[in-house]
Amino acid sequence: MIKFNNVTKIYPRDTVVLQDISFEIKEGEFVSIVGKSGAGKSTLVHLILGLEVPTSGEVYFKDVNLNNANSSQIQEIRRKIGVIHQDYKLLPQKTVYENVAYIMQVEGRENKEIAVEVPKVLEVIGLENKINNFPNQLSGGEQQRLAIARAFVNNPDIIIADEPTGNLDPYNSYEVILLLQKINKAGKTVILATHDREIINKLGKRVVTIENGKILRDEAEGRFII
Amino acid sequence: MFTNFNRVVKFAFNDFSRNKGISVAAIFVLAVTIMLVTSLFFFQGIAGYLTSKIQDKIDITAYFKDGTQEQDILNVKAEILKISPNIKSVEYVSKDQALAYFNKVHKDNAVLSQALQEVGDNPFLPSLNITTNGDPSQYAEVATILQTSDFSNLIDSVDFSQKKDIIEKVYSIISNVNTFGLILGIVLIFVAILVVFNTIKLAIENSKEEISTMKIVGASNWFIRGPFVIQGIIYGIIAFLICFLISGISAYFLSPQISPVLPGFDIFSYFLTNWWIFVLIQLGFGAGVGIISSFIVVRKYLEV
Ligand SMILES: Nc1ncnc2c1ncn2[C@@H]1O[C@H](COP(=O)(O)OP(=O)(O)O)[C@@H](O)[C@H]1O
Ligand SMILES: [Mg+2]
Repeated sequence: MIKFNNVTKIYPRDTVVLQDISFEIKEGEFVSIVGKSGAGKSTLVHLILGLEVPTSGEVYFKDVNLNNANSSQIQEIRRKIGVIHQDYKLLPQKTVYENVAYIMQVEGRENKEIAVEVPKVLEVIGLENKINNFPNQLSGGEQQRLAIARAFVNNPDIIIADEPTGNLDPYNSYEVILLLQKINKAGKTVILATHDREIINKLGKRVVTIENGKILRDEAEGRFII
Repeated sequence: MFTNFNRVVKFAFNDFSRNKGISVAAIFVLAVTIMLVTSLFFFQGIAGYLTSKIQDKIDITAYFKDGTQEQDILNVKAEILKISPNIKSVEYVSKDQALAYFNKVHKDNAVLSQALQEVGDNPFLPSLNITTNGDPSQYAEVATILQTSDFSNLIDSVDFSQKKDIIEKVYSIISNVNTFGLILGIVLIFVAILVVFNTIKLAIENSKEEISTMKIVGASNWFIRGPFVIQGIIYGIIAFLICFLISGISAYFLSPQISPVLPGFDIFSYFLTNWWIFVLIQLGFGAGVGIISSFIVVRKYLEV
Protein backbone atom coordinates (compact mmCIF):
# COMPACT_ATOMS: atom_id res chain seq x y z
CA MET A 1 0.00 0.00 0.00
CA ILE A 2 2.84 2.35 0.87
CA LYS A 3 6.22 1.70 -0.67
CA PHE A 4 9.59 3.44 -0.28
CA ASN A 5 11.94 2.77 -3.16
CA ASN A 6 15.59 3.77 -2.57
CA VAL A 7 14.49 7.00 -0.92
CA THR A 8 17.11 9.52 0.07
CA LYS A 9 16.17 12.77 1.78
CA ILE A 10 18.69 15.54 2.19
CA TYR A 11 17.53 18.86 3.63
CA PRO A 12 19.16 22.00 2.31
CA ARG A 13 22.70 22.54 3.53
CA ASP A 14 23.61 18.87 3.59
CA THR A 15 21.47 17.43 6.38
CA VAL A 16 21.24 13.83 5.23
CA VAL A 17 18.19 12.40 7.02
CA LEU A 18 17.33 9.27 5.06
CA GLN A 19 19.77 7.32 2.91
CA ASP A 20 18.61 4.91 0.25
CA ILE A 21 15.69 3.56 2.25
CA SER A 22 13.42 0.84 0.86
CA PHE A 23 10.52 -0.87 2.60
CA GLU A 24 6.85 -1.55 2.16
CA ILE A 25 3.78 -1.28 4.37
CA LYS A 26 0.90 -3.64 3.56
CA GLU A 27 -2.78 -3.06 4.07
CA GLY A 28 -3.93 -3.87 7.59
CA GLU A 29 -0.46 -3.77 9.11
CA PHE A 30 0.50 -2.11 12.37
CA VAL A 31 3.97 -0.72 11.81
CA SER A 32 6.00 1.21 14.34
CA ILE A 33 8.79 3.45 13.13
CA VAL A 34 11.28 3.93 15.92
CA GLY A 35 14.52 5.79 16.32
CA LYS A 36 16.15 8.50 18.36
CA SER A 37 14.79 11.95 18.13
CA GLY A 38 16.17 13.48 14.94
CA ALA A 39 16.45 10.08 13.27
CA GLY A 40 14.02 11.07 10.52
CA LYS A 41 10.69 9.55 11.65
CA SER A 42 8.67 12.71 11.00
CA THR A 43 10.46 13.22 7.70
CA LEU A 44 9.34 9.76 6.68
CA VAL A 45 5.74 10.61 7.58
CA HIS A 46 5.95 13.84 5.60
CA LEU A 47 7.21 11.94 2.58
CA ILE A 48 4.14 9.68 2.67
CA LEU A 49 1.87 12.73 2.78
CA GLY A 50 3.69 14.54 0.00
CA LEU A 51 4.63 17.33 2.40
CA GLU A 52 8.25 16.72 1.50
CA VAL A 53 9.64 15.33 -1.74
CA PRO A 54 12.46 12.77 -1.80
CA THR A 55 15.84 14.04 -2.91
CA SER A 56 16.08 10.81 -4.87
CA GLY A 57 14.03 7.60 -5.08
CA GLU A 58 10.26 7.24 -5.08
CA VAL A 59 7.44 6.95 -2.59
CA TYR A 60 4.36 5.07 -3.78
CA PHE A 61 0.89 5.28 -2.33
CA LYS A 62 -1.29 2.56 -3.86
CA ASP A 63 0.66 2.57 -7.14
CA VAL A 64 0.70 6.36 -7.35
CA ASN A 65 4.23 7.66 -7.52
CA LEU A 66 4.01 10.78 -5.38
CA ASN A 67 6.79 12.38 -7.42
CA ASN A 68 4.47 12.46 -10.41
CA ALA A 69 1.18 13.05 -8.61
CA ASN A 70 -0.63 16.32 -9.31
CA SER A 71 -1.97 18.59 -6.62
CA SER A 72 -5.48 17.14 -6.56
CA GLN A 73 -4.16 13.57 -6.33
CA ILE A 74 -1.99 14.58 -3.38
CA GLN A 75 -4.95 16.27 -1.69
CA GLU A 76 -7.01 13.13 -2.19
CA ILE A 77 -4.32 10.99 -0.56
CA ARG A 78 -4.11 13.40 2.37
CA ARG A 79 -7.87 13.14 2.86
CA LYS A 80 -7.68 9.36 2.94
CA ILE A 81 -5.13 9.26 5.74
CA GLY A 82 -5.91 10.22 9.32
CA VAL A 83 -2.79 11.91 10.64
CA ILE A 84 -1.77 12.89 14.13
CA HIS A 85 1.08 15.29 13.48
CA GLN A 86 3.83 15.65 16.01
CA ASP A 87 3.15 19.38 16.11
CA TYR A 88 -0.65 18.75 15.91
CA LYS A 89 -1.29 21.05 12.93
CA LEU A 90 -4.52 22.38 14.41
CA LEU A 91 -6.46 25.21 12.79
CA PRO A 92 -5.69 28.10 15.17
CA GLN A 93 -8.67 30.23 14.12
CA LYS A 94 -11.24 27.51 14.52
CA THR A 95 -12.74 26.11 17.71
CA VAL A 96 -12.27 22.55 18.92
CA TYR A 97 -15.60 21.58 17.38
CA GLU A 98 -14.83 23.32 14.08
CA ASN A 99 -11.38 21.76 13.90
CA VAL A 100 -12.90 18.30 13.91
CA ALA A 101 -15.86 19.25 11.73
CA TYR A 102 -13.52 20.78 9.14
CA ILE A 103 -11.95 17.40 8.43
CA MET A 104 -15.39 16.00 7.67
CA GLN A 105 -16.38 19.04 5.62
CA VAL A 106 -13.24 18.67 3.53
CA GLU A 107 -14.31 15.10 2.86
CA GLY A 108 -17.69 16.41 1.70
CA ARG A 109 -19.68 14.68 4.43
CA GLU A 110 -23.29 15.63 5.13
CA ASN A 111 -24.10 18.21 7.79
CA LYS A 112 -26.32 15.72 9.60
CA GLU A 113 -23.50 13.19 9.81
CA ILE A 114 -21.13 15.86 11.05
CA ALA A 115 -23.54 16.94 13.77
CA VAL A 116 -23.65 13.35 15.04
CA GLU A 117 -20.04 12.26 14.62
CA VAL A 118 -18.12 15.26 15.94
CA PRO A 119 -19.62 15.30 19.45
CA LYS A 120 -19.19 11.55 19.62
CA VAL A 121 -15.48 11.65 18.83
CA LEU A 122 -14.95 14.59 21.17
CA GLU A 123 -16.61 12.68 23.96
CA VAL A 124 -14.46 9.57 23.37
CA ILE A 125 -11.34 11.73 23.51
CA GLY A 126 -12.57 13.67 26.54
CA LEU A 127 -12.88 17.14 25.05
CA GLU A 128 -16.67 17.45 25.21
CA ASN A 129 -16.40 20.34 27.66
CA LYS A 130 -14.04 22.34 25.46
CA ILE A 131 -15.91 22.40 22.17
CA ASN A 132 -15.93 26.20 21.94
CA ASN A 133 -12.31 26.71 22.95
CA PHE A 134 -9.69 27.71 20.45
CA PRO A 135 -6.51 25.60 20.27
CA ASN A 136 -4.44 28.21 22.11
CA GLN A 137 -6.89 27.90 25.02
CA LEU A 138 -6.04 24.22 25.45
CA SER A 139 -3.22 22.52 27.37
CA GLY A 140 -0.58 20.61 25.43
CA GLY A 141 -2.25 17.30 26.25
CA GLU A 142 -5.66 18.62 25.20
CA GLN A 143 -4.26 19.87 21.91
CA GLN A 144 -2.79 16.45 21.30
CA ARG A 145 -6.13 14.82 22.06
CA LEU A 146 -7.81 17.18 19.63
CA ALA A 147 -5.29 16.16 16.98
CA ILE A 148 -6.14 12.53 17.73
CA ALA A 149 -9.89 13.16 17.51
CA ARG A 150 -9.36 14.79 14.15
CA ALA A 151 -7.36 11.86 12.81
CA PHE A 152 -10.09 9.41 13.74
CA VAL A 153 -13.25 11.27 12.88
CA ASN A 154 -13.42 10.32 9.21
CA ASN A 155 -12.90 6.66 10.02
CA PRO A 156 -9.96 6.51 7.60
CA ASP A 157 -8.39 3.31 6.29
CA ILE A 158 -4.95 4.46 7.31
CA ILE A 159 -3.87 6.20 10.49
CA ILE A 160 -0.46 7.75 10.83
CA ALA A 161 0.44 8.77 14.36
CA ASP A 162 3.64 10.77 14.82
CA GLU A 163 4.54 10.72 18.53
CA PRO A 164 0.85 10.72 19.49
CA THR A 165 1.60 10.27 23.18
CA GLY A 166 4.41 12.78 23.55
CA ASN A 167 2.34 15.15 25.64
CA LEU A 168 0.07 12.69 27.41
CA ASP A 169 0.29 11.20 30.90
CA PRO A 170 0.80 7.40 31.13
CA TYR A 171 -2.91 6.73 31.57
CA ASN A 172 -3.94 8.71 28.49
CA SER A 173 -1.02 7.29 26.52
CA TYR A 174 -2.21 3.82 27.23
CA GLU A 175 -5.73 4.75 26.10
CA VAL A 176 -4.43 6.10 22.81
CA ILE A 177 -2.39 2.98 22.11
CA LEU A 178 -5.43 0.85 22.93
CA LEU A 179 -7.43 2.91 20.46
CA LEU A 180 -4.82 2.39 17.76
CA GLN A 181 -4.81 -1.36 18.41
CA LYS A 182 -8.58 -1.52 18.28
CA ILE A 183 -8.64 0.28 14.97
CA ASN A 184 -5.97 -2.04 13.59
CA LYS A 185 -8.03 -5.05 14.68
CA ALA A 186 -10.91 -3.58 12.66
CA GLY A 187 -8.70 -3.95 9.59
CA LYS A 188 -7.15 -0.50 9.31
CA THR A 189 -3.51 0.21 8.63
CA VAL A 190 -1.66 1.96 11.44
CA ILE A 191 1.73 3.63 11.23
CA LEU A 192 3.11 4.75 14.57
CA ALA A 193 6.26 6.83 14.84
CA THR A 194 7.62 7.05 18.37
CA HIS A 195 10.71 7.00 20.52
CA ASP A 196 8.77 5.60 23.49
CA ARG A 197 10.47 2.31 24.40
CA GLU A 198 7.75 1.04 26.73
CA ILE A 199 4.94 1.36 24.19
CA ILE A 200 6.84 -0.53 21.54
CA ASN A 201 7.87 -3.33 23.79
CA LYS A 202 4.26 -3.89 24.88
CA LEU A 203 2.85 -3.92 21.34
CA GLY A 204 4.51 -6.94 19.84
CA LYS A 205 4.04 -5.73 16.27
CA ARG A 206 6.32 -4.97 13.33
CA VAL A 207 9.03 -2.46 14.19
CA VAL A 208 11.20 -0.57 11.72
CA THR A 209 14.21 0.96 13.44
CA ILE A 210 15.94 3.91 11.78
CA GLU A 211 19.41 5.01 12.69
CA ASN A 212 21.88 7.23 10.88
CA GLY A 213 19.58 7.49 7.90
CA LYS A 214 19.36 3.72 7.37
CA ILE A 215 16.97 0.99 8.38
CA LEU A 216 18.85 -0.72 11.18
CA ARG A 217 16.25 -3.46 11.76
CA ASP A 218 12.88 -4.42 10.36
CA GLU A 219 11.35 -7.16 12.50
CA ALA A 220 7.86 -8.69 12.48
CA GLU A 221 7.58 -8.78 16.26
CA GLY A 222 10.11 -6.18 17.11
CA ARG A 223 11.33 -4.60 20.28
CA PHE A 224 12.91 -1.24 20.90
CA ILE A 225 16.65 -1.82 20.95
CA ILE A 226 19.07 0.95 20.12
CA MET B 1 -21.00 21.04 -4.86
CA PHE B 2 -23.80 23.13 -3.41
CA THR B 3 -22.90 21.95 0.10
CA ASN B 4 -19.32 23.00 -0.51
CA PHE B 5 -20.38 26.42 -1.69
CA ASN B 6 -22.59 26.83 1.35
CA ARG B 7 -19.72 25.87 3.62
CA VAL B 8 -17.32 28.24 1.94
CA VAL B 9 -19.78 31.12 2.37
CA LYS B 10 -20.33 30.19 6.00
CA PHE B 11 -16.58 30.07 6.66
CA ALA B 12 -16.26 33.48 5.02
CA PHE B 13 -18.85 35.10 7.30
CA ASN B 14 -17.40 33.34 10.32
CA ASP B 15 -13.86 34.56 9.60
CA PHE B 16 -15.20 37.99 8.76
CA SER B 17 -16.91 38.42 12.11
CA ARG B 18 -14.03 36.87 14.05
CA ASN B 19 -11.50 39.29 12.59
CA LYS B 20 -13.59 42.43 12.98
CA GLY B 21 -10.66 44.81 13.39
CA ILE B 22 -8.96 43.77 10.22
CA SER B 23 -12.26 43.57 8.33
CA VAL B 24 -13.06 47.15 9.27
CA ALA B 25 -9.59 48.26 8.19
CA ALA B 26 -9.94 46.52 4.82
CA ILE B 27 -13.39 48.03 4.25
CA PHE B 28 -12.11 51.47 5.20
CA VAL B 29 -9.19 51.52 2.76
CA LEU B 30 -11.36 50.02 0.08
CA ALA B 31 -14.00 52.70 0.65
CA VAL B 32 -11.39 55.45 0.41
CA THR B 33 -10.18 53.98 -2.87
CA ILE B 34 -13.70 53.78 -4.26
CA MET B 35 -14.33 57.39 -3.20
CA LEU B 36 -11.24 58.43 -5.14
CA VAL B 37 -12.53 56.73 -8.26
CA THR B 38 -15.94 58.26 -7.70
CA SER B 39 -14.64 61.78 -7.26
CA LEU B 40 -12.62 61.37 -10.43
CA PHE B 41 -15.90 60.53 -12.12
CA PHE B 42 -17.65 63.58 -10.64
CA PHE B 43 -14.68 65.66 -11.68
CA GLN B 44 -14.99 64.38 -15.24
CA GLY B 45 -18.65 65.36 -15.20
CA ILE B 46 -17.91 68.91 -14.05
CA ALA B 47 -15.02 69.33 -16.49
CA GLY B 48 -17.15 68.03 -19.34
CA TYR B 49 -19.90 70.46 -18.43
CA LEU B 50 -17.49 73.39 -18.21
CA THR B 51 -15.90 72.58 -21.53
CA SER B 52 -19.21 72.35 -23.31
CA LYS B 53 -20.35 75.61 -21.71
CA ILE B 54 -17.24 77.41 -22.87
CA GLN B 55 -17.45 75.88 -26.30
CA ASP B 56 -20.98 77.18 -26.64
CA LYS B 57 -19.71 80.63 -25.81
CA ILE B 58 -17.02 80.66 -28.44
CA ASP B 59 -18.93 82.04 -31.35
CA ILE B 60 -18.30 84.88 -33.73
CA THR B 61 -20.82 87.14 -35.38
CA ALA B 62 -19.87 88.90 -38.60
CA TYR B 63 -22.15 91.85 -39.43
CA PHE B 64 -22.36 92.73 -43.08
CA LYS B 65 -22.71 96.22 -44.46
CA ASP B 66 -26.21 97.44 -45.03
CA GLY B 67 -27.36 96.56 -48.50
CA THR B 68 -25.13 93.52 -48.99
CA GLN B 69 -26.87 91.00 -51.24
CA GLU B 70 -28.15 87.87 -49.55
CA GLN B 71 -26.43 85.82 -52.25
CA ASP B 72 -23.08 87.40 -51.42
CA ILE B 73 -23.50 86.57 -47.76
CA LEU B 74 -24.40 82.96 -48.56
CA ASN B 75 -21.29 82.83 -50.75
CA VAL B 76 -19.21 83.97 -47.79
CA LYS B 77 -20.84 81.27 -45.68
CA ALA B 78 -19.92 78.63 -48.27
CA GLU B 79 -16.39 80.06 -48.41
CA ILE B 80 -15.95 79.78 -44.65
CA LEU B 81 -17.26 76.23 -44.63
CA LYS B 82 -14.86 75.39 -47.42
CA ILE B 83 -11.77 76.82 -45.72
CA SER B 84 -12.65 75.60 -42.28
CA PRO B 85 -14.68 72.40 -42.68
CA ASN B 86 -14.62 71.43 -39.00
CA ILE B 87 -16.64 74.41 -37.95
CA LYS B 88 -19.67 73.57 -35.85
CA SER B 89 -22.17 75.77 -37.59
CA VAL B 90 -22.52 78.89 -39.69
CA GLU B 91 -25.94 80.43 -39.54
CA TYR B 92 -27.23 83.21 -41.72
CA VAL B 93 -29.43 85.78 -39.95
CA SER B 94 -31.15 88.18 -42.33
CA LYS B 95 -32.12 91.78 -41.52
CA ASP B 96 -35.75 90.73 -41.03
CA GLN B 97 -34.92 87.80 -38.82
CA ALA B 98 -32.76 90.01 -36.63
CA LEU B 99 -35.63 92.49 -36.26
CA ALA B 100 -38.12 89.73 -35.54
CA TYR B 101 -35.82 88.27 -32.92
CA PHE B 102 -35.33 91.67 -31.30
CA ASN B 103 -39.08 92.26 -31.21
CA LYS B 104 -39.70 88.87 -29.71
CA VAL B 105 -37.13 89.30 -26.94
CA HIS B 106 -38.17 92.87 -26.08
CA LYS B 107 -41.88 92.72 -26.81
CA ASP B 108 -42.75 93.80 -23.27
CA ASN B 109 -40.29 96.64 -23.24
CA ALA B 110 -42.23 99.72 -24.35
CA VAL B 111 -39.26 102.09 -24.34
CA LEU B 112 -37.21 99.97 -26.69
CA SER B 113 -40.13 99.35 -29.05
CA GLN B 114 -40.74 103.04 -29.21
CA ALA B 115 -37.11 103.81 -29.88
CA LEU B 116 -37.17 101.33 -32.70
CA GLN B 117 -40.26 102.95 -34.16
CA GLU B 118 -38.58 106.34 -34.11
CA VAL B 119 -35.69 104.99 -36.15
CA GLY B 120 -38.38 103.97 -38.58
CA ASP B 121 -36.36 101.77 -40.83
CA ASN B 122 -35.05 98.33 -39.85
CA PRO B 123 -31.73 99.30 -38.27
CA PHE B 124 -30.36 95.76 -38.05
CA LEU B 125 -27.58 94.43 -40.18
CA PRO B 126 -27.59 90.98 -41.77
CA SER B 127 -25.09 88.68 -40.14
CA LEU B 128 -23.40 85.30 -40.09
CA ASN B 129 -23.41 83.56 -36.75
CA ILE B 130 -20.38 81.31 -36.59
CA THR B 131 -19.99 78.70 -33.85
CA THR B 132 -16.61 77.07 -33.62
CA ASN B 133 -16.02 73.69 -32.07
CA GLY B 134 -14.34 75.44 -29.14
CA ASP B 135 -10.80 74.88 -30.20
CA PRO B 136 -8.96 78.23 -29.87
CA SER B 137 -6.93 77.58 -33.01
CA GLN B 138 -10.09 77.24 -35.06
CA TYR B 139 -11.35 80.39 -33.45
CA ALA B 140 -8.22 82.23 -34.55
CA GLU B 141 -8.49 80.76 -38.03
CA VAL B 142 -12.04 81.99 -38.50
CA ALA B 143 -11.09 85.43 -37.22
CA THR B 144 -8.24 85.65 -39.74
CA ILE B 145 -10.47 84.56 -42.62
CA LEU B 146 -13.02 87.22 -41.80
CA GLN B 147 -10.43 89.95 -41.60
CA THR B 148 -8.16 89.17 -44.52
CA SER B 149 -10.00 87.46 -47.35
CA ASP B 150 -11.54 89.03 -50.47
CA PHE B 151 -14.93 89.43 -48.96
CA SER B 152 -13.76 91.35 -45.91
CA ASN B 153 -14.82 94.59 -47.57
CA LEU B 154 -18.43 93.36 -47.29
CA ILE B 155 -18.11 93.09 -43.56
CA ASP B 156 -19.13 95.94 -41.37
CA SER B 157 -17.84 94.61 -38.10
CA VAL B 158 -16.93 91.39 -36.35
CA ASP B 159 -18.18 90.71 -32.87
CA PHE B 160 -16.16 88.29 -30.87
CA SER B 161 -18.61 87.27 -28.19
CA GLN B 162 -15.78 86.73 -25.75
CA LYS B 163 -12.33 88.09 -25.64
CA LYS B 164 -10.16 85.75 -27.58
CA ASP B 165 -7.27 85.57 -25.14
CA ILE B 166 -9.54 84.90 -22.17
CA ILE B 167 -11.17 82.07 -24.02
CA GLU B 168 -7.83 80.65 -24.92
CA LYS B 169 -6.69 80.88 -21.35
CA VAL B 170 -9.76 79.23 -19.87
CA TYR B 171 -9.70 76.59 -22.52
CA SER B 172 -6.11 75.68 -21.85
CA ILE B 173 -6.69 75.71 -18.10
CA ILE B 174 -9.55 73.30 -18.46
CA SER B 175 -7.69 70.95 -20.69
CA ASN B 176 -4.60 71.10 -18.48
CA VAL B 177 -6.59 70.54 -15.32
CA ASN B 178 -8.34 67.72 -17.08
CA THR B 179 -5.15 65.92 -18.06
CA PHE B 180 -3.43 66.69 -14.81
CA GLY B 181 -6.44 65.59 -12.78
CA LEU B 182 -6.71 62.41 -14.74
CA ILE B 183 -3.04 61.56 -14.28
CA LEU B 184 -3.09 62.49 -10.60
CA GLY B 185 -6.27 60.52 -10.14
CA ILE B 186 -4.85 57.44 -11.78
CA VAL B 187 -1.68 57.65 -9.70
CA LEU B 188 -3.73 58.10 -6.52
CA ILE B 189 -5.98 55.20 -7.41
CA PHE B 190 -2.97 53.06 -8.12
CA VAL B 191 -1.48 53.91 -4.73
CA ALA B 192 -4.84 53.26 -3.08
CA ILE B 193 -5.10 49.85 -4.74
CA LEU B 194 -1.66 49.02 -3.37
CA VAL B 195 -2.81 50.03 0.10
CA VAL B 196 -5.92 47.87 -0.22
CA PHE B 197 -3.85 44.99 -1.47
CA ASN B 198 -1.46 45.30 1.45
CA THR B 199 -4.27 45.52 3.99
CA ILE B 200 -5.86 42.39 2.62
CA LYS B 201 -2.45 40.78 2.53
CA LEU B 202 -2.02 41.64 6.19
CA ALA B 203 -5.43 40.16 6.97
CA ILE B 204 -4.62 36.94 5.18
CA GLU B 205 -1.08 36.72 6.52
CA ASN B 206 -2.80 36.27 9.88
CA SER B 207 -4.19 33.05 8.48
CA LYS B 208 -0.97 31.79 6.93
CA GLU B 209 -0.72 28.85 9.32
CA GLU B 210 -4.41 28.13 8.92
CA ILE B 211 -4.07 27.98 5.14
CA SER B 212 -1.09 25.63 5.15
CA THR B 213 -2.79 23.40 7.72
CA MET B 214 -5.90 23.20 5.58
CA LYS B 215 -3.70 22.12 2.72
CA ILE B 216 -2.04 19.50 4.93
CA VAL B 217 -5.36 17.93 5.92
CA GLY B 218 -6.29 17.59 2.28
CA ALA B 219 -8.62 20.51 1.52
CA SER B 220 -8.81 21.45 -2.15
CA ASN B 221 -7.42 24.79 -3.23
CA TRP B 222 -10.87 26.22 -3.87
CA PHE B 223 -12.18 25.06 -0.54
CA ILE B 224 -9.34 27.00 1.10
CA ARG B 225 -9.36 30.01 -1.17
CA GLY B 226 -13.13 30.38 -1.34
CA PRO B 227 -13.73 31.93 2.10
CA PHE B 228 -11.01 34.52 1.54
CA VAL B 229 -12.28 35.47 -1.90
CA ILE B 230 -15.82 35.76 -0.55
CA GLN B 231 -14.54 37.93 2.27
CA GLY B 232 -13.03 40.11 -0.45
CA ILE B 233 -16.49 40.35 -2.01
CA ILE B 234 -18.04 41.22 1.35
CA TYR B 235 -15.45 43.98 1.85
CA GLY B 236 -16.26 45.26 -1.63
CA ILE B 237 -20.03 45.24 -1.18
CA ILE B 238 -19.94 46.97 2.20
CA ALA B 239 -17.44 49.56 0.95
CA PHE B 240 -19.68 50.10 -2.07
CA LEU B 241 -22.79 50.65 0.05
CA ILE B 242 -20.92 53.15 2.20
CA CYS B 243 -19.55 55.02 -0.81
CA PHE B 244 -22.83 55.02 -2.68
CA LEU B 245 -24.58 56.57 0.30
CA ILE B 246 -21.80 59.08 0.85
CA SER B 247 -21.71 60.17 -2.79
CA GLY B 248 -25.50 60.42 -3.00
CA ILE B 249 -25.81 62.39 0.22
CA SER B 250 -22.88 64.69 -0.49
CA ALA B 251 -24.14 65.35 -4.02
CA TYR B 252 -27.50 66.27 -2.50
CA PHE B 253 -26.01 68.69 0.00
CA LEU B 254 -23.30 70.11 -2.26
CA SER B 255 -25.71 70.74 -5.09
CA PRO B 256 -26.99 74.14 -3.79
CA GLN B 257 -23.37 75.18 -3.13
CA ILE B 258 -22.12 74.27 -6.57
CA SER B 259 -25.05 75.49 -8.66
CA PRO B 260 -24.27 79.24 -8.23
CA VAL B 261 -20.68 78.62 -9.32
CA LEU B 262 -21.66 76.42 -12.23
CA PRO B 263 -25.06 77.70 -13.37
CA GLY B 264 -27.10 74.98 -14.97
CA PHE B 265 -25.08 72.15 -13.48
CA ASP B 266 -26.87 70.17 -10.78
CA ILE B 267 -24.48 67.70 -9.23
CA PHE B 268 -27.29 65.78 -7.56
CA SER B 269 -29.28 65.30 -10.74
CA TYR B 270 -26.00 64.34 -12.39
CA PHE B 271 -25.75 61.64 -9.72
CA LEU B 272 -29.36 60.60 -10.23
CA THR B 273 -29.14 60.32 -14.00
CA ASN B 274 -25.84 58.45 -13.79
CA TRP B 275 -26.61 56.35 -10.70
CA TRP B 276 -26.17 53.04 -12.46
CA ILE B 277 -22.71 54.07 -13.65
CA PHE B 278 -21.87 54.83 -10.03
CA VAL B 279 -23.14 51.41 -8.97
CA LEU B 280 -21.15 49.79 -11.74
CA ILE B 281 -17.93 51.67 -10.98
CA GLN B 282 -18.11 51.47 -7.20
CA LEU B 283 -19.32 47.90 -6.92
CA GLY B 284 -17.19 46.64 -9.77
CA PHE B 285 -14.14 48.37 -8.42
CA GLY B 286 -14.72 47.40 -4.78
CA ALA B 287 -15.54 43.77 -5.36
CA GLY B 288 -12.95 43.50 -8.12
CA VAL B 289 -10.07 44.78 -6.02
CA GLY B 290 -11.24 42.72 -3.02
CA ILE B 291 -11.47 39.49 -4.98
CA ILE B 292 -8.26 39.90 -6.93
CA SER B 293 -6.23 40.86 -3.85
CA SER B 294 -7.51 37.88 -1.86
CA PHE B 295 -6.91 35.55 -4.75
CA ILE B 296 -3.31 36.64 -5.24
CA VAL B 297 -2.40 36.62 -1.56
CA VAL B 298 -3.89 33.19 -0.75
CA ARG B 299 -2.16 31.72 -3.77
CA LYS B 300 1.15 32.44 -2.14
CA TYR B 301 0.36 30.32 0.91
CA LEU B 302 -1.22 27.43 -0.94
CA GLU B 303 2.07 25.90 -1.94
CA VAL B 304 2.40 23.08 0.59
N1 LIG C 1 12.37 21.36 7.03
C1 LIG C 1 13.60 20.99 7.46
N2 LIG C 1 14.69 21.63 7.01
C2 LIG C 1 15.93 21.27 7.42
N3 LIG C 1 16.17 20.28 8.27
C3 LIG C 1 15.13 19.58 8.76
C4 LIG C 1 13.80 19.89 8.38
N4 LIG C 1 12.95 19.05 9.00
C5 LIG C 1 13.74 18.24 9.75
N5 LIG C 1 15.04 18.54 9.60
C6 LIG C 1 16.15 17.86 10.21
O1 LIG C 1 16.08 16.49 9.83
C7 LIG C 1 16.39 15.66 10.90
C8 LIG C 1 15.26 14.66 11.14
O2 LIG C 1 14.13 15.33 11.65
P1 LIG C 1 12.78 14.57 11.99
O3 LIG C 1 12.35 13.84 10.77
O4 LIG C 1 11.84 15.56 12.54
O5 LIG C 1 13.24 13.54 13.08
P2 LIG C 1 12.37 12.74 14.16
O6 LIG C 1 10.94 12.93 13.81
O7 LIG C 1 12.85 11.36 14.05
O8 LIG C 1 12.71 13.32 15.49
C9 LIG C 1 16.67 16.55 12.09
O9 LIG C 1 18.07 16.67 12.23
C10 LIG C 1 16.06 17.85 11.73
O10 LIG C 1 16.80 18.93 12.25
MG1 LIG D 1 9.44 13.68 14.84
